[in-house]
Amino acid sequence: MYEEIFEKYTPEKENLIYILHEIQDAHPQHYISEEAVAKVAEYLRIGLSHIYGVLTFYTMFSTKPRGKNIIRLCESPPCFLKGSENILRQLRDLLQVKTGETTADGIFTLELCACLGVCGNAPVMMINEDVYGDLTEEKVENIINSYKGGEK
Amino acid sequence: MKFYRSHILIGIDDASLAAGVKEIEALLRNELQKNNLSDEINILETGTLGHFGTGVSMLVYPEQVTYVNLKKEDIFEIVEEHFLKGRPLQRLILDRSLTQNYDFNYKRRIVLSNSGVIDPENIDEYLGAGGYEAWEKALTTMKPNELVDEVKASGLKGRGGAGFPAGLKWSFTAPIVADQKYVVVNADEGEPGTFKDRLIMEGDPHKLLEGVMLCAYAIGASKAYIYIRGEYKLCIHRLEIAIAAAREYGILGNNIFGSGFDLDIFIKVGAGAYVCGEETALIESMEGNRGTPRSKPPFPGVAGAWQKPTVVNNVETLANIPAIIKNGAKWFAAHGVDGSTGTKVYTIMGDVNLPGLCEVDMGTSLRTIIQQYAGGMIEGRTFKAALVGGAAGVFLNDTLLDVHMDYNSLREYAAVLGSGAILVMSDTVDMVDMLWSVLRFFRHESCGKCNPCSKGTALLFKLIDGIRKGKGKDSDLEQLIKVSNGMQKTSFCALGQSPCMPIASAINNFRQDFLTRINVK
Repeated sequence: MYEEIFEKYTPEKENLIYILHEIQDAHPQHYISEEAVAKVAEYLRIGLSHIYGVLTFYTMFSTKPRGKNIIRLCESPPCFLKGSENILRQLRDLLQVKTGETTADGIFTLELCACLGVCGNAPVMMINEDVYGDLTEEKVENIINSYKGGEK
Repeated sequence: MKFYRSHILIGIDDASLAAGVKEIEALLRNELQKNNLSDEINILETGTLGHFGTGVSMLVYPEQVTYVNLKKEDIFEIVEEHFLKGRPLQRLILDRSLTQNYDFNYKRRIVLSNSGVIDPENIDEYLGAGGYEAWEKALTTMKPNELVDEVKASGLKGRGGAGFPAGLKWSFTAPIVADQKYVVVNADEGEPGTFKDRLIMEGDPHKLLEGVMLCAYAIGASKAYIYIRGEYKLCIHRLEIAIAAAREYGILGNNIFGSGFDLDIFIKVGAGAYVCGEETALIESMEGNRGTPRSKPPFPGVAGAWQKPTVVNNVETLANIPAIIKNGAKWFAAHGVDGSTGTKVYTIMGDVNLPGLCEVDMGTSLRTIIQQYAGGMIEGRTFKAALVGGAAGVFLNDTLLDVHMDYNSLREYAAVLGSGAILVMSDTVDMVDMLWSVLRFFRHESCGKCNPCSKGTALLFKLIDGIRKGKGKDSDLEQLIKVSNGMQKTSFCALGQSPCMPIASAINNFRQDFLTRINVK
């Protein structure tokens, strides 16, 4: 897997973030393992510490295994105003997890994030690459069920 | 060119994609085909139609009817009633009581003049709308320094938040002799409540590209990067299409229009960090590092990306450039007011009827923006506050509804225009909660480079959290102001310097909300 990704990029530091994005997307548990960091360090000829520094700086990267689907609920002021706290409470209840945790069956990880730029439809969450807006408790339940049923 | 009796514009953006617009569009095409209407009625995909919270929407010309909240089953009825029988389907038309005063303001639009009108994925439509005329004019008839002078004369100020004069910024970099210079577009839109750059890029990507080209020519850069946040998938997709088309047409590349000028544009994708909106942090991130700000000077204009002279401009700033070069500085300065020329794109959300965006002349009042461009307050609610400029903005109360929204007028009230985000709050909202949310945001986004900000944002959150939980003291309010003022003086970059604005304005304008929380035991 690593070789295929590396082939697309010249071994320059400026490509680090791209390579990390691709490795994380390709991993079924959406994270960057120690093994991956070592491979990237070798390919780009940069220190492990630099890569960990970058990895832990950006919120889109994870160094811990995550679920099949990653839920990112926006907690910024516009969504907060439109009731994102209620949606968060509901998601925690539905999934039986705390923020940052993965469900026992490994299907979901619940995360919070900053503004996604879809504030006209607040409150908003992203599941993987898809945006869901104008969330209500009813809507959230349907969305979660559609992923549970394996439709997505 | 083919003649159609009717045009349907379908708004494609993140929100409508989430509502299933693609399936609905496919069904509509299919139904039109079945009824032999494909040759009479044209379907165009365009950017956002300007208002949100209305699911899948489409605008039909020549009737100028807007259908909203479309579901698949509605399509059969619309095709039957409207396109076969010519009777617009009242049931699904956007509520007239909201839109009779709604004003798209197309006549005064500069940045968004094509958004919601042309197909952003087709370069010919941009050319048809007068696109790339400024680029051709510049390359074939103007010298680079004439461009800089024109932008200077226009009075255009940076639209990213700081409001630094764009022409002046260019003039620092233009005369420097270097083997390589860069233009970097700051499309890392992260200010809460701001999505104008997304809509510009989704609705009219070529306009941004043309602005980048003109800037590159003016300062002598042969490479440009668009640094865009990873979540903006549709923008990235449309920009990629636009760049490929421009290369194919010879609008980008080597020896463009036989002028001897070379330029190429590349996209760089970010990974989620608010601080990367700071221009030196953005450059660090582009180079594959942690996105922490650099010490200034040297400014990026002298030593930016890979230590080469670099102009970093916001998307909206650059999207203004083509019109300035094409029509002249004088034309541009006829928009807006003294000291704040041109238009401003606002994103309006919160307790209003039609959250969305608008582009209006600088100097338009907050009241007009809310009433005329956002459908007014939600029924039964009254205006209490507006957070203008995002998290790094200012809470205004109802006494400031008629303040003109421009750099100088707002400064009188210690307010800023910032990114142009307007979050409207009604009488049911408690300012303690809102400030709590703002300070939680800063605590999370502080990059950790300097002590005043990393420790300060944590302390500010602790104070407001205490107040919110009913454990606050009167002195906490002064403490919030004191700490944030200290941060303003000592923090390394604008992130740590910003919390003082929402804090001071929330406490000064809505002190009662805070006292009530503190005194309820």
